[in-house]
Amino acid sequence: MSKYETVIGLEVHAELSTNSKIFCGCPTEFGAPPNTHTCPICLGHPGVLPVTNKQAVEFAMKAALALNCEISRETKFDRKNYFYPDSPKAYQISQFDQPIGYNGWIDIEVNGETKRIGITRLHLEEDAGKLTHSDFGGESLVDFNRVGVPLVEIVSEPDIRTPEEARAYLEKLKAIIQYTEVSDVRMEQGSLRCDANVSIRPYGQEEFGTKAELKNMNSFRNVQAGLEYEVKRQAEVLDSGGKVVQETRRWDEANRKTLSMRSKEEAHDYRYFPDPDLVRMQISEEWIEAVRATIPELPDARKARYVNEFGLSQADAEVLTISKETADFFDETVKTGADPKAVANWLMVDLLAHLNANDMEFAEVKMTPHGLGEMIKLIADGTISSKIAKTVFKEMIETGKEPKQIVEEKGLVQISDEGALRQIVVDAVNSNPQAVADYKAGNQKAAAFFVGQVMKQTKGKANPPMVNKLIAEVLKDM
Amino acid sequence: MSAITRKEVEHVANLARLQLTEEEAERYTKDLNAILDFAAKLNELDTSSVQPTSHATDVKNVMREDVNRPSLPIAEVLKNAPDHEDGQFKVPAVFE
Repeated sequence: MSKYETVIGLEVHAELSTNSKIFCGCPTEFGAPPNTHTCPICLGHPGVLPVTNKQAVEFAMKAALALNCEISRETKFDRKNYFYPDSPKAYQISQFDQPIGYNGWIDIEVNGETKRIGITRLHLEEDAGKLTHSDFGGESLVDFNRVGVPLVEIVSEPDIRTPEEARAYLEKLKAIIQYTEVSDVRMEQGSLRCDANVSIRPYGQEEFGTKAELKNMNSFRNVQAGLEYEVKRQAEVLDSGGKVVQETRRWDEANRKTLSMRSKEEAHDYRYFPDPDLVRMQISEEWIEAVRATIPELPDARKARYVNEFGLSQADAEVLTISKETADFFDETVKTGADPKAVANWLMVDLLAHLNANDMEFAEVKMTPHGLGEMIKLIADGTISSKIAKTVFKEMIETGKEPKQIVEEKGLVQISDEGALRQIVVDAVNSNPQAVADYKAGNQKAAAFFVGQVMKQTKGKANPPMVNKLIAEVLKDM
Repeated sequence: MSAITRKEVEHVANLARLQLTEEEAERYTKDLNAILDFAAKLNELDTSSVQPTSHATDVKNVMREDVNRPSLPIAEVLKNAPDHEDGQFKVPAVFE
């Protein structure tokens, strides 16, 4: 047990899924040729007049409400001043003292315990451009397509105590935002990004230790790994009598460690002031309620429904609801009349294993909820065995074909003809006298040997309970 | 209002990426103080009954619908760029 307590706060940026940028009509679409989604407004030409995208404000309100925030009734945009080539205006339009949302929280679950993490604020701002650094040095290239794409920045309270909690917080936050459909929260495309503030202090100490800010962690796994490394590093500094320096550190994935970035001791003087080009915003009670009405069932509510209505365990309901895609698929499949527990098992065990093994994403799965529902019914009515179903399941994932079609095409119907199966069992027993002798001598494994023989003969299509029963009968009569 | 110091001038110049000579730093300290003194005249007004505001106008909630409008042709975008390559702005190397 370490003698230090870890304190973590996270800053998450999510790009909002609007059609146009926050202050101009340029498209927000990802992947266009460099600088083709730019105009005088987002390029920061003199004399232009930005106008706020109403949808971006509503998306921010929706996210804030889903995160249990209060909404600022009076709000505005401010300029955050800094020089960097990814910002053509030399300031970023953001929000300083009147964020869209504040005082929120979400509940996370770690090791079976629920913990509430506070959300300090959620504010709207514009994204910056993308820099590419030349390998030879000397120059950098700038693409401004991303400048002006609306972002929400979500700042947590320093309530997080372990890297594992940090990961659970991120997964929950991502799920909630995904459910609200205001962002597609894809970390690999940069539409979800995370920075972390981390410090340690001796247990019992009231004030926080000196923090480091971690950047460049582009997956949840890396956030956890980066924080684990940093906690260890800071403890070593303190144990050796040193002092933790306040700095920004970069997670170096290849070398699995954090590195100090060039210190920017003056960079935090952003000289915020209200943007005079953008008028103030007043958010009425009616507007808040209208946006609140668009919030769908969120992960926690859905989880509770799965536990109460379908009798799933808390842990299973958690796995199913942490991704909206899986939860939607589950609901649709259950609607076909399939047993919810069976549906949950196929999705959580077999589907997730298939995705992991083949490095696939859920979006690539061709199977339909109707197909999965039908397959579960085919197992229930004895048409196919659970073992054969695994073959059908894989085929459905790859091709999207209906299970009945797959069963017919591949001749997978289960053999439940007792007379035919008995003959196969008798043949197997007759041609393996040694195994029979073993069985008679009390070796139970010999029975399993016969099951294997029958399955081999029937290409796995024999009805398993019937095979077990027949083998027991035939051997008894020997 | 407290007077602006030479140190503050140097700090602000640094934030603005301006390199000042000794003489300039001295002059700007003097000039900025003169400007602030002039603006300080506003302090003579009694504002005790005036609500603080962030904006000069009272207009609120001017917003646009989320509709796309044409972006600039790439040639226009890069027209004022000091240098460019492959459709991108070329700037002196930056590292962070």
